[in-house]
Amino acid sequence: MPTLNEFLMLGAILFCLSIAGIFLNRKNLIILLMCIELMLLAVNMNFIAFSYFSGDIAGQVFVFFILTVAAAEAAIGLAILVVLFRNRATINVDDLDSMKG
Amino acid sequence: MIKFTFYFFSIILIFAAMRLITVRNPVHAALFLVLSFFSSASIWLLLHAEFLAIALILVYVGAVMVLFLFVVMMLDINVTMIRDGFARYMPVATLVGVVILVEMGLVIFSHLPEVQPVVMAADVSNTKMLGQVLYTIYVYPFEIAAVILLVAMVAAIALTHIPRTRMKYQTPSHQVNVRRQDRVRLVKMPTEPKD
Repeated sequence: MPTLNEFLMLGAILFCLSIAGIFLNRKNLIILLMCIELMLLAVNMNFIAFSYFSGDIAGQVFVFFILTVAAAEAAIGLAILVVLFRNRATINVDDLDSMKG
Repeated sequence: MIKFTFYFFSIILIFAAMRLITVRNPVHAALFLVLSFFSSASIWLLLHAEFLAIALILVYVGAVMVLFLFVVMMLDINVTMIRDGFARYMPVATLVGVVILVEMGLVIFSHLPEVQPVVMAADVSNTKMLGQVLYTIYVYPFEIAAVILLVAMVAAIALTHIPRTRMKYQTPSHQVNVRRQDRVRLVKMPTEPKD
């Protein structure tokens, strides 16, 4: 069986990849949302690894709630994206400056 | 053997995540996110989180990623214009990512002692164990999660719904039934003398 450190390291690598993805794709709103999903997945990986290695089911309950909130977040985020595209015909983050004074 | 399986799925997972952040086409990115969800569900199975692994596949791959793909295909996105800052941000993204990874690795490998997995009761399945705490200790958070889902559904519909009064649509029967008298009115006017 792999050790706890290996699972935590996998979560850390996923988290860093998603941070780098947010930097790289800072114009494309859809890929930004996908990177956030990947980040939540890395967090969930840590929770489940800790839950297994400490014999406590509470970590899995927490992952359950994170999945719920992430699904809600994806639904609302995509709805905002659709409305945005309908109004501005672009999803480029640089064009979203109508609140600028 | 379990170790080999873990490394196999981890490599696929990291590869999929890397492709997700570098690929040009958003549809391919969504498909690579599906691959990464799938391989992490397999890793969760190794950790005896069977219910969550199945839920990840059913809820994420089945619902959320299909929603993502639907939105990506519905919107007509100009991909080339949106990627012009990619090479410019590559060094800083790599730098930040590597620095965070090194920091996390230092914390993980210096502080945590080697722990052996605590064997949970083998006679009760994972789903049953999760349900036993979810409906007793965590019943109020569970209901709040249900309300959050309801609010998200209402919000998504309210955001994207166009009311019928603001919508412009054609009624073919009106167009067909229109007569000349309704649209054209001939007016008799006295001729004006030329100055």
